[in-house]
Amino acid sequence: MVEHVPISHVLIVTTVLFFIGVYGFLTRKNLITMLISVELMLNAVNINFVVFDNYLFPGKLEGHFISLFIIAIAAAEAAVAIAIFINLYRNIRSIDVEHVDKMKY
Amino acid sequence: MKSAAIIFYTLASVMIVFSLLAVTTRKILRAAVYLLFALGGTAALYFMVGYNFLAAVQLIVYVGGIVVLIIFSILLTSHINEKLQKPDPLKLILTAVVALAGTSLVLYVLGNHTFIAQNPTGATADVETIGLMLLNYGTGGYVLPFEVISILLLAAMVGAIVIAKRNKPSDNG
Repeated sequence: MVEHVPISHVLIVTTVLFFIGVYGFLTRKNLITMLISVELMLNAVNINFVVFDNYLFPGKLEGHFISLFIIAIAAAEAAVAIAIFINLYRNIRSIDVEHVDKMKY
Repeated sequence: MKSAAIIFYTLASVMIVFSLLAVTTRKILRAAVYLLFALGGTAALYFMVGYNFLAAVQLIVYVGGIVVLIIFSILLTSHINEKLQKPDPLKLILTAVVALAGTSLVLYVLGNHTFIAQNPTGATADVETIGLMLLNYGTGGYVLPFEVISILLLAAMVGAIVIAKRNKPSDNG
């Protein structure tokens, strides 16, 4: 892939993916869809790490390991976030951001 | 055009289209399924650059774990046929402008920077190398972040269980 696709094309794709995630995060009001947008952003950043590693520093595997750690952190974050959503739904019967101000009670 | 380039541009368009659908669809379960396809496309990209272990981790953790968790939480908190309410059109336009401005800023910076791609060394990320580097405490080893991630995952697991645990009716929390 390194010989046939210039790095700038891959970076353009990841930029577009990241800002699609930003757009979703700002427009959505349901907490689960906001979590989906955050996962999209994390995913775009992961691709960036892998591509920089593979094109600019081949054989060092630094971006590879950072991507592995980001995936682990994303899994932990999603688990805690979904636990919070389920508890919130039990208490206020809604996971809309407009109603989450009740969370302090 | 070489086959690798054709596969890459196909994957890229599939990922962009499914990401767009995931953030714009009004049916919440479909958003999760579109996310699944976008993440699967990323795994295919990792296979293309030769990082087979990372692609497998992406498939197992993201597609097998996070998306399934999201689908379960959707089923627990909303009805299948429920449609999300339409957001305010003014807000949509403003957000689209912000996202486009961010995209063009990043693309402008990218266009003004020249990246010097190195020739591939042929080094592969096989599981033996990855395992040795993850537990290597010398220069270039990753044992410290590895241990920190272990503790983080343990803390997240305990935290998720404690938060999602149903309170007993007596303490009425």
